[in-house]
Amino acid sequence: MMETLLDVSNLTKRFGGLTAVNELSFSLRQGEVAALLGPNGSGKTTALNMISGFQPASGGTVQLDGKRLTGKPAHWISHAGVARTFQLVRVLPSLNVEDNILAAVMFRRNPPAKEAAKEEVHRLLEDVGLAGRSGENAAALTYIDQKRMELARALASKPKLLLLDEWLAGLNPSELSIGIGLISKLNEKGITILLVEHVMDAIRALCPRAVVMNAGRKIADGATAEVLRDPEVVRAYLGGTHADT
Amino acid sequence: MMVAFSFTALAAIFAALAAAPFFLGTYGIGFLLGLVGYVTLASAWALFSGPTRYVSLATVAFFGIGAYTVAVLYETLPSWLVLVVAALIGLVVALLVGLSTLRLAGVYFVIFTFGLAELIRQLVTWYEVNITGTLGRYLFVDYGPEVVYWKLLALCAVTLAIGYFIKRSRWGLALKMIGDDEVVAEHCGLPTARVKLALFAASSVIITLVGAIQAPRWTYIEPTIVFNPTISFLTLIMALLGGAGRLWGPVVGAVPLFLLFEWLSANFPDHYSIILGLLFIAIVFVLPNGVLGFFEDHWNRLRARRSAGSNEPSQDKEVG
Repeated sequence: MMETLLDVSNLTKRFGGLTAVNELSFSLRQGEVAALLGPNGSGKTTALNMISGFQPASGGTVQLDGKRLTGKPAHWISHAGVARTFQLVRVLPSLNVEDNILAAVMFRRNPPAKEAAKEEVHRLLEDVGLAGRSGENAAALTYIDQKRMELARALASKPKLLLLDEWLAGLNPSELSIGIGLISKLNEKGITILLVEHVMDAIRALCPRAVVMNAGRKIADGATAEVLRDPEVVRAYLGGTHADT
Repeated sequence: MMVAFSFTALAAIFAALAAAPFFLGTYGIGFLLGLVGYVTLASAWALFSGPTRYVSLATVAFFGIGAYTVAVLYETLPSWLVLVVAALIGLVVALLVGLSTLRLAGVYFVIFTFGLAELIRQLVTWYEVNITGTLGRYLFVDYGPEVVYWKLLALCAVTLAIGYFIKRSRWGLALKMIGDDEVVAEHCGLPTARVKLALFAASSVIITLVGAIQAPRWTYIEPTIVFNPTISFLTLIMALLGGAGRLWGPVVGAVPLFLLFEWLSANFPDHYSIILGLLFIAIVFVLPNGVLGFFEDHWNRLRARRSAGSNEPSQDKEVG
């Protein structure tokens, strides 16, 4: 039995009268890869935002390795070991590829000296398939390359937990298989990964476990194949009644 | 080699500037003093506003605070201590303002800083009229304009040195990250609020000191003079003309504009503000990245065209 890395307990987010995330609870074991599923608007991204510190929680707690993350600023949470990518890719447009990743190396906990940092950036670029592209303008990269760069930037902070928000969305089939390969390689290195994803092939290939949300609540949690057969999950995806929202 | 050469050239320029008062008359010294004052203001402004893109119109608030501190204290304290007190007051105000406003983004920050300058001017006016019973203050010091000039020149050198060391350190990268995307910067582990506050404070203290050092030049001070919003606008436009994101940008912008303003205010005193406004608009439209940015873009394009055959990626080289 592996240790618990992430513990989310009764996490809640209200926007005025709307409850986007409603008492969400789940935990991830060290080294696990899990999917956070649900139809559009079910609160998945909001949940990630609260875990990474982008948005403050209205209630509940998030703990990493027993350390409380809720209420802490995003840079503190990053130093605690949580990294993420964004649903809409966010590059630092005035920096080149190398500096985009150097940014995360130089400001993580215990940053290395500049020369060592640059070497590390080049290794990371190799890992994500951007070797030799360090001088290019980040804003001019293609969509998939921006996604690769964003992943390298997330890895540059040496995370224990990696949050991927639809990182595989919008990729063509061959890019998709490269992307899936990348993620499983990261997991082999021991990084715990939580994916918000709609690409079912990727979910089946990567995630033995899935947590499903609908209208802000958790409606299923378990082995992916079983969860996807769950009548409530099927109803949520195919558009049943959510008159109670 | 290049670095050593640049440093030697710079040292020579500053030495020549420092020796200038021995060869110039009162007008010449006064002219250089104004020039170095604006170069320092624009460089200090760009220290914070250049990379972070937080456009501040609070320049004159700190400038005026510096000048007024001197006007109030110059008879009771030695002049170096007056400067220390002015710097401390500037620091405290900058920290208070920073803590309350640096969460504001874009146009809200611009409006707040403009309002702040006006607020401080009104407060000082109210205090002088109702408490001390005077509006203006006389300032007679026992040193000449060349001493004022040397102090300013030293401050200018320090400001450029600070800019240089920030650019070379990882904090230069940090500021660019903040200017590009604060959310990403935070998620990379950068404590953005603290970095912005520290830099805003450093920039504001320098601006306060410019006001404090220059104050004796007027011999008579009142709020409409030292809290004149034109100072904020001139500083801003100089930094933008040269390129606020580059170390030498504000210098490149401040020198020609200062010369132009001197000439305009001497020859067209009535139309001065109109011309200033038109110039402001022209600069923002024609040179959004400043003069240095403009030449850099063209230089890079030229090089890219020349090396079109080879596959070498063109590196974006920063000036400075």
